[in-house]
Amino acid sequence: MSSSNQKITPFHGGLHLDGHKQVSTQTPIASIPVPQYLHIPVPHNSEVTATVGEHVLRGQALTTSSNSMTPAIHASSSGTVRAIEMHAVVNRSGQLLDCISIETDGNDKSIEPLAALKPSADNKQECLDRLRECGIVGLGGAGFPTAIKVATDKSIDTLIINAVECEPYITCDDMLMQEQASRVINGAETLASIVSAKEVLIGIEDNKPEAIKAMQAAASNAERGKIVIVPTIYPSGGEKQLIQLLTGKEVPSGGLPADLGVVCVNTATATASYDALHQGLALTERIITVTGAGVKKPGNYLTRLGTPISKLLDFAETDHKVYQQLRMGGPLMGIPVKDTSSPVVKITNCILAEAAQPQHAEQPCIRCGDCVRVCPAKLLPQQLYWFTRATEFEKAEDHGLFDCIECGCCDYVCPSNIPLVDYYRHAKFEANNIKSERIRSDRARIRFEQREQRLERKAEEKAALRAAKLKKLKEREEAKAAQQEGTQDNKQDEIAAALARVKAKKEKTND
Amino acid sequence: MRQVLYALIPGTLLMSWIFGWGVLTNLILATIFCLGFEILAIKLRQRSVKIALSDYSAVVTAWLLAISLPPMMPWWMLLIGCCFAIIVAKHFYGGIGNNPFNPAMVGYVVLLIAYPLQMTQWLAPSHMVEALPSLANTLGVVFAGADLTIDAVSMATPLDTLKTELGLSKTLGEIRSTALFGTLAGAGWEWIAGLYALGGLYLVYLKIIPWQTPVALIAGMGVMASVFTLAMPDHFAPPTFHIITTGCILGAFFIATDPVSGCSSTKGRVIFAAGVGAIAYIIRGWGGYPDGIAFGVLLMNMAAPLIDHYTVPKAYGQSS
Repeated sequence: MSSSNQKITPFHGGLHLDGHKQVSTQTPIASIPVPQYLHIPVPHNSEVTATVGEHVLRGQALTTSSNSMTPAIHASSSGTVRAIEMHAVVNRSGQLLDCISIETDGNDKSIEPLAALKPSADNKQECLDRLRECGIVGLGGAGFPTAIKVATDKSIDTLIINAVECEPYITCDDMLMQEQASRVINGAETLASIVSAKEVLIGIEDNKPEAIKAMQAAASNAERGKIVIVPTIYPSGGEKQLIQLLTGKEVPSGGLPADLGVVCVNTATATASYDALHQGLALTERIITVTGAGVKKPGNYLTRLGTPISKLLDFAETDHKVYQQLRMGGPLMGIPVKDTSSPVVKITNCILAEAAQPQHAEQPCIRCGDCVRVCPAKLLPQQLYWFTRATEFEKAEDHGLFDCIECGCCDYVCPSNIPLVDYYRHAKFEANNIKSERIRSDRARIRFEQREQRLERKAEEKAALRAAKLKKLKEREEAKAAQQEGTQDNKQDEIAAALARVKAKKEKTND
Repeated sequence: MRQVLYALIPGTLLMSWIFGWGVLTNLILATIFCLGFEILAIKLRQRSVKIALSDYSAVVTAWLLAISLPPMMPWWMLLIGCCFAIIVAKHFYGGIGNNPFNPAMVGYVVLLIAYPLQMTQWLAPSHMVEALPSLANTLGVVFAGADLTIDAVSMATPLDTLKTELGLSKTLGEIRSTALFGTLAGAGWEWIAGLYALGGLYLVYLKIIPWQTPVALIAGMGVMASVFTLAMPDHFAPPTFHIITTGCILGAFFIATDPVSGCSSTKGRVIFAAGVGAIAYIIRGWGGYPDGIAFGVLLMNMAAPLIDHYTVPKAYGQSS
């Protein structure tokens, strides 16, 4: 099965961009030598198990997590843990993160690979554990843990392999398919077995003829796996957009692809999943495109995770005077690199050196609507912008703020040069803050109300008790009074009797 | 917005050919005044004058105002119109992007309400007079307050004439037999409208304006006109007459398409433009003014936020 007669449903908007892809596909994938130092960022809610001074081997887990869904990270070569401290990383906030720094010993010794695991309907949990243990996450850019993606208990009809790679300059998946198509197909097969998918669709943009040819050849021997050629329109590689292209269905707002019976996984992720299950290997390296202005040897490089970006740039013979800015990822969604000592991580698909571009000052929005025309999420980007400016985050949410996939199409076309996506990120952050603030205050309010009720109940109980006591006391007093009255009557009688007696005596003596 | 200016050139040139120097004096003075007010406002607001002028929005406002006004406007009326357009309608609300009303239409309506007589006195088109006012005469009228009627023949516009004469219970056929009227609409006017429409189509072709807006506005006016013409053909001009007027064409392609004061979604824009067309027709037919495009635009500007509220398109994944 390899032909492509799948119906393509186009999505709204999108951009026709210059791919700039040939630049980095002229040479085969090369390996970057293991650097002297590796810096491996510690994921959130993970606990470091490695200790400073400890000798570690390639593939050895360095963290564990109480959250059973957080994938582990591993030493990507053998060496000695020298430090666990804050180090520069590539992120939007520019904050330092805890990193495990390993001084490599040059031997590059690995731990024993885990036993091969053949996925079937019966050992799903085992497979999920393996994916997590081997640190498999989405390598397309989002870094979502693959184990969570495939853990769904919904019935899955279609596994989609996202081999679209729609953002300009990036070619790591393209080259992976050209050189190792059968591994990709094996990966797809592995994941399809885990989720028990009936069909496997592999979506590739029509600007990668060589990859398509290689994949079609590899898929012809496979049981499942149909190559579907999609038009080159950014962002056809967005998960939601690809699902729409291939199935004609829209992932419900706030829902997951699994709700449609679809699981969508990136090409390199599929390959890494195959390595994890069949070879028992943890994720310690990936292919990274290095390209752009001043890069004299643009191409794709198999790089150990934790390698400083500067090493990649040096290996690709980059002239640091030519480019103006570095980006991790593509020109539209990539994150600016501020410090080249930052390490490459699992989601680093590309290091792009960008030439100086004419800088235009941000101008007021005139609601021209160019952004509406290109938005693949069918939003009204200009309205979201106005609501964000007015800090009306709830209104922005009503207008689908969280359906924004941050693809950057609106930024690209905005004639007023407004960095729209930055506004939406800010709005999402604020909207989430408001939400968690509300949850917190709701919780506090409920606690307060419960306390009030409790106090009231206690007060009532007390009052009732006191009332009962008072009543008892009163009754007792009344009873006492009654008794006393009784005794008084007796006394008076006695007195009267005595008086009578005295009187009688007196009368007697008088007689 | 330079393309918008280019699109206005052919219609404006023909207009000057037919009505003389007065069109150009309007245009030049309005441009100077609007730019002056824009620079003043930007300076007072301590923004960059260079950036503010580089978008040509003030020139577009000036141009639209100038060609909406009768030719040979006295300079001080233009000054008032430009002041309301740029200072009051635009910068009082926060400058470009923030104005809820179309600046050119605010300037126009202020003059229309304040000086109804001057605003309905148009020059006679060239084919109806022996000679158009000379440049000297024109400058005299514009700057020295010379009396228009001595130097040139002034008359009402075709729409105005139609309205007055229908009010005198003449039939449509009688009214349209005079030299003021051409085959489809006003003589000469219909050609000006045609060239403005051509400029508008150029903007549609360049995707600078959405095609839905002019279509909806023309449809809004056309449907209204068709209904009444079919009911009483002697008393209501056919849709072609109403549509091929400079008011309707300029409104459809150049004024209702202002994105700032209009609606956001395509659906909203259609409602907005159809509303402008319908309101303009109602004012033409039964209102106190010969044309209603400006009022239609301002009224729909008021309604735009409400329309926006009810026409938010379904985002990806929200339909199911």
